[in-house]
Amino acid sequence: MRKKIALVTAASLLASVVALSGCGGGNSGGNSGGGDNASQTQAQAAGGTETKAEGGGDTASGDAMHLTFYYPVNVGGSAAQLIEALCNDFNAENPDIVVEPVYTGNYDDTVTKLQTAVQGGTPPEVFVSLATQRFTMASTGMAMPLDDLIAADEDGKEYIEDFLPGFMEDSYVDGQIYSIPFQRSTMVMFYNKNAFKEVGLDPEKPPTTWDEVVEYGKKLTNENRYGVGLALNSGSAQWAFTGFCLQNSENGENLMTEDGKAVMFDTPGNIEALQFWLDLQNKYEIMAPGIVQWTDLPTQFLAGEVAMIYHTTGNMANISQNAEFEFGTCFLPGGKRQAAPTGGGNFYISNGLSEDRVQAAWKFIRFMTEPERAAQWSLDTGYVATRQSCFETDLMKDYYEELPQAKVAYEQIDIAKPELTTYNAAEIWRILNDNIQSAVVGDATPEEALKAAQEQATEVLAEYQ
Amino acid sequence: MKKKKAVGAVITVFAVLLGLLWLIPLIWLVGTAFSVPSFHMTLFPTTSFTLDNIKYVWNAIPFGTYYINTLILVVCTFAVQFVTSTMAAYALGVLDFKGSALVFAVIFMQIIIPNDVLITPNFMTLSELKMVDTKIGMMLPFYGSALAIFLLRQHFKSIPRALADAARIDGATTWQTIWRVYMPCAKPAYLSFAVISVSYHWNNYLWPLIVTNSPANRTLTVGLAIFAKSKEANMQWANVCAAAFIIIIPLLLAFFVAQKQFMSSFVSAGIKE
Amino acid sequence: MKTYTKKQRELKKNLVGWLLVAPSLVFMTCFTVWPIFRSIYLSLTKYRMGMAKPEWIGFENYINLFQSGLFWKVMGNTLYFALITIVPSMVVGLFLATIVNRKSRLTGFVRTAYFYPVIMPMIAIASIWMFIYMAKNGLWDQLLVSFGRKPMNVLSSKKTVLPAMAVMYVWKEAGYLMVFFLSGIQSISEEVNEAARIDGAGSWTIFRRITLPLLAPTFLFVSTIALTNSFKLVDHVVIMTEGAPNNASTLLLYYIYQQGFTNFNYGVSSALTTVMLLLLMVVALPRFLSQDKKIHYN
Repeated sequence: MRKKIALVTAASLLASVVALSGCGGGNSGGNSGGGDNASQTQAQAAGGTETKAEGGGDTASGDAMHLTFYYPVNVGGSAAQLIEALCNDFNAENPDIVVEPVYTGNYDDTVTKLQTAVQGGTPPEVFVSLATQRFTMASTGMAMPLDDLIAADEDGKEYIEDFLPGFMEDSYVDGQIYSIPFQRSTMVMFYNKNAFKEVGLDPEKPPTTWDEVVEYGKKLTNENRYGVGLALNSGSAQWAFTGFCLQNSENGENLMTEDGKAVMFDTPGNIEALQFWLDLQNKYEIMAPGIVQWTDLPTQFLAGEVAMIYHTTGNMANISQNAEFEFGTCFLPGGKRQAAPTGGGNFYISNGLSEDRVQAAWKFIRFMTEPERAAQWSLDTGYVATRQSCFETDLMKDYYEELPQAKVAYEQIDIAKPELTTYNAAEIWRILNDNIQSAVVGDATPEEALKAAQEQATEVLAEYQ
Repeated sequence: MKKKKAVGAVITVFAVLLGLLWLIPLIWLVGTAFSVPSFHMTLFPTTSFTLDNIKYVWNAIPFGTYYINTLILVVCTFAVQFVTSTMAAYALGVLDFKGSALVFAVIFMQIIIPNDVLITPNFMTLSELKMVDTKIGMMLPFYGSALAIFLLRQHFKSIPRALADAARIDGATTWQTIWRVYMPCAKPAYLSFAVISVSYHWNNYLWPLIVTNSPANRTLTVGLAIFAKSKEANMQWANVCAAAFIIIIPLLLAFFVAQKQFMSSFVSAGIKE
Repeated sequence: MKTYTKKQRELKKNLVGWLLVAPSLVFMTCFTVWPIFRSIYLSLTKYRMGMAKPEWIGFENYINLFQSGLFWKVMGNTLYFALITIVPSMVVGLFLATIVNRKSRLTGFVRTAYFYPVIMPMIAIASIWMFIYMAKNGLWDQLLVSFGRKPMNVLSSKKTVLPAMAVMYVWKEAGYLMVFFLSGIQSISEEVNEAARIDGAGSWTIFRRITLPLLAPTFLFVSTIALTNSFKLVDHVVIMTEGAPNNASTLLLYYIYQQGFTNFNYGVSSALTTVMLLLLMVVALPRFLSQDKKIHYN
């Protein structure tokens, strides 16, 4: 009998052990390898030491410092492969550091993954996230200020000053630099030149004002085609809306204060801007009713189903490769003024790292933002190169010669402003998007919608006052 | 009688038509996955056959890794459930020990409240255990399976005591009795549960999504969702169909081969999916 | 073998019993029982990302929720979605079961056709149906246009988004419910039907007077699983709409996910979880009060 009990005890212990050890399941910790766009099988990274460095990174030895790098990809093309390649270059150049890129989905997914990683105690050392997340990153202690690192670099000051001011603008939290511009974009208008010709419009004269948008849109709209296209799904509407509000503002006032603690959603100008959207859909009937998805819009454009779309420059590569017609790009047409929103992702370094890891992460960021590299990145993706000196490279000059459509984005940065950026950014975004949608689907008038948005957002931000 | 036959024929035709209607999404999926992308969506492919979509997504997404991860997840979860549930089912079905009512209470709790709704507190537990972004973290909440215990217990109870007693007289230990008498007799129950467990975990999404951060641990469903939601903009339905095809094909084939087994498993385990 | 007193044997049996259930019990306690109590506790606290530990605030989370229009909208969506998925999928499931329950060479094919969506992941299904429902170019809108109607872009309208998801859901779920009805129908003895037939009853009368009443326990059982499933499955919301337009498709579990893992507001997320727990308990109640639960459990 005693034996039996012993046996049963052993069995239950065994079961627990099996259960807890999980059949050799990899506890990847902070050292999970590889990225999404690599077809090669990842090393299991059981202890974190034997992660395989791919491609050029063979020099990495077992005791090299491993840095995890989370990055999102928000645009078409093969941006993920490019990131992998860039990391391999870095690893080859720095045998003592191994950067492991981890593709974490789109921007929203990436924020979620960052937060779960921080909660789980394994934050990535370095990551790309929306510039608009910086207040959240700072206030929750997820990212660290970079001023000391910049100051320690001999050329630190010039380095920062070399970034386009339009992009650098949204790197600060309370006067400190928390992020470095990387995959930055702005919204431009893509238009179908063939469609313009077809209806007798001059393909070299895209619309420059809202009135012209309506006028051209009416001409371009027919049974199989809408004149104008805007993506109004959550996470996209607020971006375009920033642009329209800036265009309709008296003095270029944005949707929020610079310190990210207050929003101004329900100004008369903004209400007019939202009304303009509804008019495009309902009054003029030159834009698809309801909500068109951000991802569907370029496809519709390429299929000739919509003649002018508001979209990110990050889609340049996709559109130029797949368009079966001549296309043009132009500044966003203005209302009271011309303006456009900037957007996209910046580099951040996680808080609470050891000094040598911080240094390694910084080295990586510096590497990734070197002028030649940033220029190449811009070429390959359509993101706007972030530094003044990028535009002096031959690479960039040749590119603009070859694809003049891409240059519009760069020129537009001078009149561009940061998109909606606040504390608790995800929540505030959601509030604005939901309320914009409520107006679009007819639940509320633009005024009611924006008043509601203002009220809800103010409540969320109350704790920062 | 003639009328009856006519009615029967009508019902048969209707049943078949409805079946075809039910197949439309699958037909479209397969057709689109294997034809050259076009800007215009059609039910049946109008462009020529190609393997490029499959090749593209297979290279764009580390499906190899995701397959291995999903297999590990499915197999290990089932293996552990197999052991823990057998033991518990034997105790509850055969031993009739004191305090078993408490265990039943816990079991019923899990049947009423599926793990899926407890994502927030379970994630917190997992992060305290430092098991976020681990394969084991994905499996842990499922190691104790009320459903499996229930199914097996039902079966164990129907096995005549005499068999167990005979084994015991031969000097078999508890473990040996389970191994030699109960487990062989309960094969159908194990098979049913295997089908349920495997298809549940193959298809599960929300929990793996929350737990995993890196491709080294991602499952097929999470990988597909990231791909489908990514802002890849280029005629994406062909690619998404190809990716979906890669994910569903193993279970679908298994189902087509052993459809009777699948259906009876779902019936016998109809407590939850 | 030594002899033991009865008491000793009893003791040993209990010990063995507890040891055998221990592993299962530990896991179930940690991941089912404990989180239930933890949700209830956390729902009474303020706990956000960046806070070291939860801060007791009493019922504030609940008060805020009950006062917010969004919460009631989400609850309304959840119940509405449950209603428009369960009733049709049960009706369709029963219907499929009756037409499948016939001897015909085609039965195998038909049954397979109805059941295969059950074993497909919702993620894949939602990804595919998103394109079917896509504005203008999607199969559904093309169908409408070919009938001379206007395209609907069903996922972007607050009136059609949940019904559209429900159609997909019924397509996926009906086959699942079908097999329960099938086993219920097949458990009704042929003699009963035969006797009725001799009495001159037609097929429809038999179905209405005999089959349906005898299926009552199956109905109860099927409705509770269908209800539970409709509460716990939100993968399609993540893929297809993320709650759009203006939260017209936000379901309770998706809201829990969003509060917990996008806003990292654990307090509110836990309060919502507690509401969900209550809902599930209400759903389960009839099953426990019913005498017929043995039918499927034993």
